[in-house]
Amino acid sequence: MTWVVANLGLIWARMLDHVVLSLPPIVLCFVIAVPLGWLARRYRVSRGIILTGAGLLYAVPSLPLFFVLPAVIGTGLRSPLNVIIALTLYGVALMVRVVADGLESVDADVRQSASAVGYSAWSRFWQVELPLAGPVLLAGMRVVAVSTVSLVTVGAVIGVQSLGSLFTDGFQRGIQAEIIAGLVATVTLALLFDGALVLAGRVLMPWTRKVASVRAPAPAEVSAA
Amino acid sequence: MNLFVDAIDWILDPANWTGLNAIPLRLGQHLVFTLVTLVIASAIAIPLGYLIGHTGRGRGLAVTTSGGLRAIPTLGLLTLVALWVGIGVVAPYVALTVLAIPPILAGAYTGFEAIDRRTVDAARAVGMSELQIVRKVEVPLGLPLLIGGLRSATLQVIATATLAAYVADIGLGRYLFTGLKNRDYAEMLGGSILVILLALVLEGIFALIQRFVVPRGVSGRLRTGRTSSPSTSTGTSSSTLRTDRRTALR
Repeated sequence: MTWVVANLGLIWARMLDHVVLSLPPIVLCFVIAVPLGWLARRYRVSRGIILTGAGLLYAVPSLPLFFVLPAVIGTGLRSPLNVIIALTLYGVALMVRVVADGLESVDADVRQSASAVGYSAWSRFWQVELPLAGPVLLAGMRVVAVSTVSLVTVGAVIGVQSLGSLFTDGFQRGIQAEIIAGLVATVTLALLFDGALVLAGRVLMPWTRKVASVRAPAPAEVSAA
Repeated sequence: MNLFVDAIDWILDPANWTGLNAIPLRLGQHLVFTLVTLVIASAIAIPLGYLIGHTGRGRGLAVTTSGGLRAIPTLGLLTLVALWVGIGVVAPYVALTVLAIPPILAGAYTGFEAIDRRTVDAARAVGMSELQIVRKVEVPLGLPLLIGGLRSATLQVIATATLAAYVADIGLGRYLFTGLKNRDYAEMLGGSILVILLALVLEGIFALIQRFVVPRGVSGRLRTGRTSSPSTSTGTSSSTLRTDRRTALR
């Protein structure tokens, strides 16, 4: 406890590093995954290619990917960009499937009704299909947020500073309190991101609030996974 | 691309195929470590998951605990346990078993839950005992999702076993850390390529297994529920499960 009190400044600085590394992948993966997920659902051929690719990408372990990326894109080994790009790739790999599944879950009758009342394919996607797939997307994003925050720590072993640095430093110097502080801070940050997403979901999808009590188990289950 | 050529040269270098740091030896360590971790985790998670799935009790608790466990960063758990028990293979075994439990547990109980209640009721109606229902109905029907959970756990352990080399002299991850220490990029990259290949090969094997364990007559069970009536409860739960299976990965 004394270590924590004496090093609050350090913990705070690493926390900020952590946010800088984890926020871009979370936002970017959503922006990239929506069009890709749409493409995956639209055509049979693209579905096979995109979903298989996403599955394989997701199977690639994170630490080796941090080492391989510099050779592929020419960044320095200790560049924070490696971590950001690698985690964006994981986020996309996970979200593409979620987006495809989410769009698929929109009732075919609803889709046809929207076309019947005059929606173009473009506006139907943005105003009918995407909002209705919203709860599924939100559940997926919650998983992405929590796993991204957790995976950022791995970057510490190659020298990219984050809350994970508290683990490597605490391990090398044998300070248990430092590792525990890192664990608590990481989990807290993950919970904060998760809470922010839930809040954003309530604001953006007010219609889910009423049925929240009835449908609650489904998103909870996905987020747990 | 020159870097990749160096890495391939490193992998093919005969010097890296003999001695205490040989690639086959490291690969073997990695696989044995993964297998033992999975066996221990399965011995704990599968009976527990079946119990939760069959009785329907304790599900909320299981969801919360496994969700919480996933938020915990592996590196933190690994270093903390390593400080407690000392440098060596014990810390990675403990930390990785803890991490492998949630996906297997989820696979076990969601596998039971995905079964149509009418099927279970029918089994009970024809006079099967509870134990028979579990053994002859629920276990076979829940197998695809359980294998899905095992697949997630395996990939997670393979990945984290690499990280385990940070606290123990074990597995393919050693190449990454010695390379990092000696600034030998060919070794780091070569080691990374080996781990990635291993993960992809195992992913492929599991994809095949998963295809074969679906009992005849019910293959495509999840799909039909989904496409015919996506808005019904069957549709929602099956799409949730599909997400579950994929997202339980890390």
